[in-house]
Order: sequence, then structure tokens, then C-alpha cells
Amino acid sequence: MATLDLKNVRKVYAGAVEAVKKVDLAIPDGALCVLVGPSGCGKSTLLRMIAGLESITEGEIVIDGRVVNDLGPAERDIAMVFQNYALYPHMSVYDNMAYGLRNRRMAKPEIDRRVREAAATLELAHLLARRPRELSGGQRQRVAMGRAIVRNPKVFLFDEPLSNLDAKLRGQMRVEIKNLQRSLGVTSVYVTHDQLEAMTLADILVVMNGGNVEQIGAPLEIYEKPASLFVASFIGAPPMNLLALKPGEGRPVLVDGTTIGGEGLSFSKEAATLGIRPENLFLVTGDSNGSRPDATLDIVVQAIEPVGAESFIYGDAGKERLVIRVAGKTVVEPGAKIRVGANAADLHIFDEAGKRI
Amino acid sequence: MIDNRPSRRIIAHTVLLIGVFIIAFPIYYTFVASTHSLQTILRPPLPLIPGGHFLENYTTALFGGIGRIGGVGVDRLLWNSTIVAVLIAVGKIFISILSAYAVVFFRFPLRMTFFWLIFITLMLPVEVRILPTYKVMVDFGLIDTYAGLTLPLMASATATLLFRQFFMTIPGELVEAARVDGAGPWRFFKDILLPLSKTNIAALFVIQFIYGWTQYLWPLLVTNRNDMGTIVIALRKMISFADADTEWHLVMVTCILAILPPILVVVLMQRWFVRGLVETEK
Repeated sequence: MATLDLKNVRKVYAGAVEAVKKVDLAIPDGALCVLVGPSGCGKSTLLRMIAGLESITEGEIVIDGRVVNDLGPAERDIAMVFQNYALYPHMSVYDNMAYGLRNRRMAKPEIDRRVREAAATLELAHLLARRPRELSGGQRQRVAMGRAIVRNPKVFLFDEPLSNLDAKLRGQMRVEIKNLQRSLGVTSVYVTHDQLEAMTLADILVVMNGGNVEQIGAPLEIYEKPASLFVASFIGAPPMNLLALKPGEGRPVLVDGTTIGGEGLSFSKEAATLGIRPENLFLVTGDSNGSRPDATLDIVVQAIEPVGAESFIYGDAGKERLVIRVAGKTVVEPGAKIRVGANAADLHIFDEAGKRI
Repeated sequence: MIDNRPSRRIIAHTVLLIGVFIIAFPIYYTFVASTHSLQTILRPPLPLIPGGHFLENYTTALFGGIGRIGGVGVDRLLWNSTIVAVLIAVGKIFISILSAYAVVFFRFPLRMTFFWLIFITLMLPVEVRILPTYKVMVDFGLIDTYAGLTLPLMASATATLLFRQFFMTIPGELVEAARVDGAGPWRFFKDILLPLSKTNIAALFVIQFIYGWTQYLWPLLVTNRNDMGTIVIALRKMISFADADTEWHLVMVTCILAILPPILVVVLMQRWFVRGLVETEK
């Protein structure tokens, strides 16, 4: 069991492309850290640097108190699950799992014990003699995991391991990975571009964009207090509604002059963007004379998407397009004018540079 | 697109049979000639069915020694040709798979320069560089040796190119997985690359074996002694310009024996050979 620390890690490719800019990250023993971000944000590069497949331009990577910068991938005591599984096509499932152990000159009975144990855990026991091409996608995925497990490494690295599976299997494997990781208690780093996968798996979530770390934290903490506009729009589906504010007002006035707040609502003069999550918006009906919402906005319904348990209403307020999440059976017709409200505590305010205020 | 109407099938088969006949008849006729006595062959027309001298002719050619080439038997010629063809095929595969491995999987200075150096030898067939090559072989004292017969024919750009193309289709993740699994360059080559290249190797072996077996110009130059000649060279030497001097029945026997080993190699390796040409196991 081990901790993994990244200290000021940087990666610059020849031609001066800065793929990863000064990343500081400390992952405690046994935690599952998910790196999430759009493609090209540097998350895979960072993972490959931890694996030792990519050189480190600057900074230090420390596994269990030992600086591993100059060690090869095999000497770092890590195991990696690749996006396309990278199984050896000419070897049986058994040999695929045993290969890394044989290269380490482990005794045969020990190899056998470990492979069979992993196969039992992953429900692969009856497939040990098969070749990878005779397996389904999910089974291949399991073999790739088995190959990582038998090594009993200090750190697991996952490089978008579920992106080649269909949606149903992906959900299933996600739960399996989480359970497995928790029961083995191995410190893990998991790369994905899928924010749902990131939210559900992570103990520590790292949101990356353009080589920068935008925010590090627990998934719900990031969801509730996104540190930047990018994080706000990237985490959560459907994404947060972002409304441009008239600069210098210090009150919730939209660019087109609409004031959306009551009198009590005011904030810093630097406020440039107002964010509200779809589920924090609610319909305000005329006769509700109970608790008044802190902010209200009149919108014209453009479309409605019922997905069963909930419905999403898409509507326009001036030039802004908003999404409102409502209960499943809400009846609203396209073209209708509705008034939506939100509570002050649910508003996210960002400055000109996109930073949270 | 399979058409099962009987008339079409008959036409298709007729065309096929005519094709087979055109290709196979000369070989059959050679076989027929190899079973007749010299007198029968020299007195036309040659019968269309095999004669009664099969055992006699083949025994003489194989073990009796043939006068026109200094009494060397066809057994010795077959042995020489086999050694030469196998050495060329194995040598070529060995050299080209290693050079392709270096060019594809390693980063070293002048990597592409080396690749192009190998590549331009494609433009220079043996015949073009035959004089300098001959001089080198003479200086090394390799005339009338297996080394002299095979070495100049081993270096091969085509095979290097073929392996390079195949290696480049191997996904980078597989290479990285092997690195994480602790496989060094040699282990990766032995445990992953070689098994994946099996079918390619088999296909190349067949092609290069036949290439080596049918070499004419180079063996002609580099051998003087009859007992070091290949079967192709010996065939040429057995034929005299004065018709009467040529032991045609033995020439025909040698012809038949000369085409047997390549056929054997193709038949035995056919399964692999075809797979190597049409699919890559991935």
C-alpha cells in the first residue's frame, strides 16, 4: 500500500508544447483519484508520466516515499490498464496474466496461485485457456484488470478503461472497478473524459483543462463549489446554466438589462457570470405566496425532454438559453411563458477571468 | 456472387481445366521423358505414356553420378541446392527481422538514414553489383563454398520492408503493456514480436526458399567445382550443344527432381503461407 505524490510536475514536448503545467497532487494510501477533462487536457500525459512511459520535464513523482523519476515502468511497482486492453493476442488469458510475473522470475506455484485467485475474483476461471480474440469486450476488460491485479502493485493506473464498452456494460464495469479497488485497497489513478464516471468513481477528483489543474477535491465538493467557469460547465449533466452579467453592477442584472434578483441580492462588482444548476431552478406559479425565491427570471419554453423520472425544460430568457430540471410529470407546452426562481445559496458567481467569487 | 447454374459451372470448369492442362502438360511430358531410354527420346515422336526405364534412370541419376558433370550424383546437387536455399531464406529472414525491429522500435541517431540505405539496395539487384561482389568473394577465398553461394544473396531490402510494415501495425499500447510487464527489448522481441510474426516468417520463407533454389547467375559465377554446383547449374552443364552428347533421359530426371523440393515446401507450408499473405493475427 502506498501514497502517490506529484510535486510541481511539468511536461514540455519538443517544440515547446506544454502538455502538463506544474501539477501538485497528493493521493493518500488506498484512494482512487480520477483525472477528468476534455481531450487534450493533459490527463493521459500525466498518467503516462506516473507510469514511466513518458519522461518528466520538471518536478518529482514520488511513490510510497521513493522518487521514481528515473525508474523504468517495470521498476516503479505500478500496473496499468490500457484503453484498448493491450492484451497479448497470441497468449492465453492465463499467460497474459502470468507474463509480467514470469518476467519478474516469480516461482511457478506462486504465479499459478495469484493468477487463479485473480481469475476467481474476476469470474474468468473458465476462460483461462482462451485467446483474447475469443473473448467479449467486457471479458477482455477483465483480463486487462486481472493482469494488473496479479502484480499486486503499489499503484493501479487506468487509462480510460471503459471507453470501448457499450453504455450498459460500462455502468456495470464501473461498479466492479470501484468495488475491486476498494476491496484491494490499492492507491489508484483513473483517467476519463466522462464526467459521470469521474463523479461516481472518485475519492479525489482532479479536473484538468489545457494542461492546468482547475480544481482538486471530493466529487460533491467540486459539484457544489466549482472553482472556475470551466469546472462549472464540465462537471454536471446537463451542464450548469451560465448567464452573462452586466459588468460593474454588483447586482444580478443580465447583459440585456433584466434584473433577476430581489432587493436583498447583491454581490461583488467583479461578478461577470452567474451560474445556476438546472436542478436548482424551480417553477414559480402565480399563486405561490409562501417563501419567495431570491431570484426570478421569465423564460419562454422552447422544448421539453421527458426522461421519465425527471424532465428537462429548455427555454430562452432574452438571448440566454437555460435548462431547468423538473419532476417527471410537469406539463409545460413549448411556447409557454413561465417564471423560474432560485435561492441565493444556489447561485454561483464567477469573475471576468472565470474564477469563482 | 456464387452462381450455381450448371451451364455456368461447366464453362468455368472447362476454362480451369484448359488452364491446368497448359501449365501441367510440359511437366507431365518431362516426367514421361524421364522414364524412357535415351534411344527412345532421340527417336521422335516421344510417346505420351511413361516408359519402363523409371527405376533405372532415377537410380543412375541419383546415385550413379552423371558423366557430363564429372560423375557427381543428383543427390549431391539436391543437397547443395537445399543448403543454399535454406541458408538464403533463413539468413534473409534473420537479418531483415532484426533490422526492421531496430528501425521501428528504437530511436537512434540516423535511424531513417539507415532505413533508406537499406531501401535503396532494392534498386540494385544482384546482377548490377555482380562484379564488385565477385571480387570481394574471391578476396575472401569464398569461391566454391556455401558461404560464397549464399552471403551476397542474403541482404534483402524487400524482407526488411515487409517486416517494417508489419511491425508498424502493432499497437503502441501493446509495446507499453510489455514495458509495464517488465519485458526488456530482447524479451519483447522473443515473447511478443516473433510469435506475432510467425505467418509472415512462413510466407517469406517459402518465397525466399524458391528464390534461392532458382538462382542461376550467381551460383554459375561463384562455383567451379562440379560437386559444389546447385542443381540448376548442373542442369545447364549437362546439356551439350551437340545433341547426341546430351544424356536427355538423365536431364529429364534431374528436372523432375529439381522441381520436387520447392513443391514440397509450398505444399507443407501452404496453410501458413496463405495466412501470412492475407491476414495478420491481431
